[in-house]
Amino acid sequence: MSALGRRRFLANALVVSFVLSGRGLAQDKKLPPSLAKTPHLDSWIRVNADGRVTVFTGKAELGQGIRTALTQVAAHELAMPPAGIDLITADTDLTPDEGVTAGSHSMQDSGTAILNAAANVRALLAEAAAWQFAIAADQIVMRDGAAHAPDGRRIGYGDLAAGLSLEVQAEPDMPRREGGTSVIGQNLPRLDIPAKVSGGQAYVQDIRLPGMLHARVVRGPSDGTKVKAADIAAVEKMPGVVKVVREGGFMAVVADQEWRAVKALHRLQAAGWERSAPPIPASDLRETIRRLPAEQVTIFDYPGPPSPADARTIRARYSRPHLMHGSVGPSCAVAQWANGRMTVWTHSQGVYPLRKALAELLRLEPQRVRCIHVEGAGCYGHNGADDVAADAALAARAVPGKPVRLQWMREQEHGWEPLGSAMVVELAAELDAQNRIAGWRHEVWSNTHSTRPTTAGGLLAGGELDPPFATPKPRPIPMPEGGGARNGNPIYALPNARGTFHFVEQMPARVSALRGLGAQMNVFAIESFMDELAAATGADPVAFRLAWLKDERARDVVRTAADRFGWPARRKGGDGVGTGFAFARYKNLATHCAVALEVRVDRDTGEIRVPRVVAAVDSGEAVNPDGIRNQIEGGIVQSLSWTTLEAVGFDKTHRASFDWSAYPILRFPAVPGRVEVHVIDRPGEPFLGAGEAAQGPAAAALGNAVADALGVRLRDMPLSPQRVKAALRPVRAEPHQAAG
Amino acid sequence: MITLTVNGKAHQVEVDPDTPLLYVLRNELALNGAKFGCGLGQCGACTVLLDDKPVFSCLVPVAALGARKVRTLEGLQANGKPGPLPSAFEAEQAAQCGYCIAGMIVRAQALLEKNPRPTEEEVRSHLAPNLCRCGTHMRILRAVRRAAEAMGGGVRDVAEQTP
Repeated sequence: MSALGRRRFLANALVVSFVLSGRGLAQDKKLPPSLAKTPHLDSWIRVNADGRVTVFTGKAELGQGIRTALTQVAAHELAMPPAGIDLITADTDLTPDEGVTAGSHSMQDSGTAILNAAANVRALLAEAAAWQFAIAADQIVMRDGAAHAPDGRRIGYGDLAAGLSLEVQAEPDMPRREGGTSVIGQNLPRLDIPAKVSGGQAYVQDIRLPGMLHARVVRGPSDGTKVKAADIAAVEKMPGVVKVVREGGFMAVVADQEWRAVKALHRLQAAGWERSAPPIPASDLRETIRRLPAEQVTIFDYPGPPSPADARTIRARYSRPHLMHGSVGPSCAVAQWANGRMTVWTHSQGVYPLRKALAELLRLEPQRVRCIHVEGAGCYGHNGADDVAADAALAARAVPGKPVRLQWMREQEHGWEPLGSAMVVELAAELDAQNRIAGWRHEVWSNTHSTRPTTAGGLLAGGELDPPFATPKPRPIPMPEGGGARNGNPIYALPNARGTFHFVEQMPARVSALRGLGAQMNVFAIESFMDELAAATGADPVAFRLAWLKDERARDVVRTAADRFGWPARRKGGDGVGTGFAFARYKNLATHCAVALEVRVDRDTGEIRVPRVVAAVDSGEAVNPDGIRNQIEGGIVQSLSWTTLEAVGFDKTHRASFDWSAYPILRFPAVPGRVEVHVIDRPGEPFLGAGEAAQGPAAAALGNAVADALGVRLRDMPLSPQRVKAALRPVRAEPHQAAG
Repeated sequence: MITLTVNGKAHQVEVDPDTPLLYVLRNELALNGAKFGCGLGQCGACTVLLDDKPVFSCLVPVAALGARKVRTLEGLQANGKPGPLPSAFEAEQAAQCGYCIAGMIVRAQALLEKNPRPTEEEVRSHLAPNLCRCGTHMRILRAVRRAAEAMGGGVRDVAEQTP
């Protein structure tokens, strides 16, 4: 029997158990997308002679725990301890191309691919053992990295693999391992944490190569500016300065010691700066974006009869400012130009797209560029990671053979990172005589939510070379994922509902993907509006949602959060104390997340405190429940920071949020008193990423709680002390509210 | 040549005297714990102990150290094993990206050495100079509580303080 024939036979034999158990890998007989793109098993899994297994993923550890969760998936399916697995993450020389690590896709994409690949490999190993033992494959038990026969004979994976080629294509319908202990669903401690709490080498910032030089890139204070001409000859004479690298408008300084590079940078910036782009409009940029020419894109169109003539219309308008990723560690990369090859150690979320962009920038064949992912500080989307990789590569090319470490300064990270776009949402609903929703309109205005580089023009340095590489024209991301339209389609079963995305191409400020893209704004708006409708009809906010929510898993999540919070017994809002609830299913196709929280608003200072938060989350089969809790907890705290404090400031010439004093974020005294996250596990259901699910629900729950506490609705983020105090003034203007 | 004592060991380094301590720790002594976060004393990622007091090592010129002794995350070990704070952070899985964590641990160490039984409010206000962008705060607070208990003290709830 040929290898393929044997595998088919085996697969058929095992399909029986799959059907009986109902725990299948695939809903249909197609390979999951990542595996379809890279179908050979040895691209994903290699079994070494000593029995250790190397697993390859195209996704990157960003502090979200993906290294641990993917190791658990592989260990489970290969029936071996996680300690026997070495996981190699995103590296253009070694791993499959899985695009970018973004959109809460990693478990869905790579987790599912590795699960399938591992099931294939386990089946092949079992089959090899069957031949060696001369018994049927279904009598073999795979356990602890070895195949076991009923009579006690045992062969380790290393020995089995010696005669086995994994250079074969994955079969799509391999059943999952049944029985035995499972590491899926266990809170395996994160594999990356020991180094992080002990001072081990954990980050790209920690790389030290022999002969390594230190560099800084020289730029104006923010995007749209440039430095004035500096006395370069004087700087080149400074102690330790190796070179001032100039290519067109790109400039970097390379020195023997890092502090000397910093001092040289300050000298090169000393002549001042000027604005090189058109002036920034004086008005609030969310208003500017609302008024700019836009392309209309239909987000959704739910059928239904037209609203009755006597329906009353409720309208509201919500907005958010530009937001910053604000990584605690400024972006950094190490690059080395040697033997005609550029190697870049980078914390980019997409090593393959970055390689393509760098190859174009450096005018090299892509094969002559290698991008290796090494962790940086948390990015929460497209921050300076890719730009700094290009900066380091250009600096390294000027000093052949020498590794160059280039880190941005704090002011550069704040000034140049692509921001999360400002957004405006207008909602209108018609309520019939029975207080039922009879019509719904959602309109959202936003810039793009992704300018991730796939070409040299997408990199800051690409626009600085002479001639510059053209900046790619931004395009709206189509639904169901969506960019500015993400989660603009309500999950509620509403009749006669339509949504329009006003995609605004012209960008007053540099923007790109920030955790959740448009979902945070759209969910804030929809879930605030649901509360406003509930109030208009005298309904309980949770009951009102449940009345329009048909999906059973969604309902479970809503009920769990409400129960655990003690929603029915909550204190009536008022006197600065209030409770709020919100729910969303991320992209309406991934993780369900509900948040209930309590606020205390100081009426004198306008400050909001959050004593208690309860969340419930269903992200499919939970591989590492504590990892999911960690992501949701973090998402809630970060979103509360966005929602209560954060707004990027601008003046006519530049971005004015140049450091943490000009862009404050939540600090310890203001974080919630308690945060509880309840994970609803769904064994056998597809993995859904949890990284971005909490951003919208946390923001909206806060807005709803503040409205409950004050009796006044705040619709513009952030719900800052100034806005709270303004809202509480006896005579107040509410330009965005036009009820009736 | 500048001499400094780090984690109980004397080192001589050849750097410009205005070089911030942070760059010396990271680049000359190859210690990864303290991180560059802002260079402005705004985020605490670079926190180290100078004679038991937490400082921003990004702001201390190495020549200004004098006889003061430096302790970093790497020095918070007991018999080659992680000390109570690093152990507690591991036990509570109190990290996401973890870039801020070394600074958090070091600053918490200063508090617990001085005050083995702080209130929750005291812990929060003591850690206020340190930023975490991942939102790991709740776990960090739990880790400090666990470490305080392991060190024979504890973290008092506010209710305990004002019954």
